[in-house]
Amino acid sequence: MRVAVDQDRCVSAGQCVAAAPDVFDQRDEDGVVVLVNATPDAADEDDVRRAAGVCPALAIQIQD
Amino acid sequence: MTSSQSQEAAGSADAPFFPMSREAGCPFDPPLHLREAAAKHPVSRVRIWNDSTPWIITGHAEQRALLSDPRVSVNDRLPGFPHWHAGMERIAPHRAPSVFNTDPPEHTRFRRMMTAPFTFKRVNAMRAVIQEITDDLIDQMLAGPKPADLVEAIALPLPTRMICTIMGVPYEDHATFAAQASVGMKKDVDAQAQMATFRWQHDYLADLVRARAAEPLDDVVSDLAQRVTAGEVDVEEAAAMGVGLFVAGHETSANMIALATAALLQHPDQLAILRESDDPEVAAKAAEELLRYLGIVHMGQRRIAKEDIEIGDQTIKAGEGILIELASGNRDPRAFPDPDVLDLRRPASAHHAFGFGLHQCIGQQLARVELQVVYGTLFRRIPTLSLATTLDKIEFKHDGIAYGVYHLPVTW
Repeated sequence: MRVAVDQDRCVSAGQCVAAAPDVFDQRDEDGVVVLVNATPDAADEDDVRRAAGVCPALAIQIQD
Repeated sequence: MTSSQSQEAAGSADAPFFPMSREAGCPFDPPLHLREAAAKHPVSRVRIWNDSTPWIITGHAEQRALLSDPRVSVNDRLPGFPHWHAGMERIAPHRAPSVFNTDPPEHTRFRRMMTAPFTFKRVNAMRAVIQEITDDLIDQMLAGPKPADLVEAIALPLPTRMICTIMGVPYEDHATFAAQASVGMKKDVDAQAQMATFRWQHDYLADLVRARAAEPLDDVVSDLAQRVTAGEVDVEEAAAMGVGLFVAGHETSANMIALATAALLQHPDQLAILRESDDPEVAAKAAEELLRYLGIVHMGQRRIAKEDIEIGDQTIKAGEGILIELASGNRDPRAFPDPDVLDLRRPASAHHAFGFGLHQCIGQQLARVELQVVYGTLFRRIPTLSLATTLDKIEFKHDGIAYGVYHLPVTW
């Protein structure tokens, strides 16, 4: 799995960090998404899919 | 659906009036018409206070599509915008631009000025404080007379203290501010009353911004004041952001705490799940399901189409109003099997309790931690908690922009 985020679209809801804290983080100054790991472990893949599903800005893309 | 049924669903002549009443004896369910519409007529029309007939979106997938569609606007100065009531129509031209009434790119700029205190990490760092306040409030309630009003004892003070602390609004002012804010939180407000309370709230925040510009502290209003000093926003815009955060930050969580307690006391098997577990994951999952099931934001999020939009088998024309009715989307059986069943163990995180799209709730992580802590603590600390009245005697906020209970008499 390969993950990409679109910081321009991000609205800092924090849902991705809640769903997959090992893969996503937020910038301190405005909460915009920071991708911690673009190639998550198999164990995190379900969490990453859940994060992409609940992202209100549709700012997370996944390539399998 | 046949084309004649589709015409009927979309027809404006017989569009039912919105908001509509909940069925007697079903205070936790959105009106039956809307729940049925969620799967059968996810895009239909209603008639509102000014006799216009905007679209109402009740389906979960359709809400998701429109809330993330750049052709759908929150600009409430556009002609044809379906305002909540006459009061909102009156103040719309006077409200400074903010996250609440702008689209990108202005919206993005405003939103990013407000988000820093509400990141997942910042809010979770406050979890211990939220737990401490919750335990203190429970101690005080247990030490006081029975029955007690859970709204006054716990549901309102916890989120109010948190938002006052984060923003830097003096706690002694919260009651006056809350009383003013509650005027604008009714379903039907006349123009004069709304204008007066709007001015009061705005002036209060503008004064506070000026005070913090002179003497900054470590809080959100000081941060807004610094942005005014730096020329990023003017005082009007800073005050609009402050009012929005305060109003959204205290009443919504309070409603979710008290209404969820009322609902759980009617579902003892579900309450037992929380009472018998100290696993934060159980409380977190329960919070998502209660957010879905209770859908306290029940007035339809107001939008307007900037271009023609095809959705389902309907076409929303440019300039037509759109109501995204979040509570019914949360009861769409296509998204949540057996949607009218409260099931604290189900995966519910795709709910729309905080909305969806660019305008999704800024304070949602704070609300989540508050709800997780209260739900995970209250029933374990007071296993004998029960209603001190009957359900039919409880006054629900049928007249509120946000649904809840005015008082919840409890005993133990």
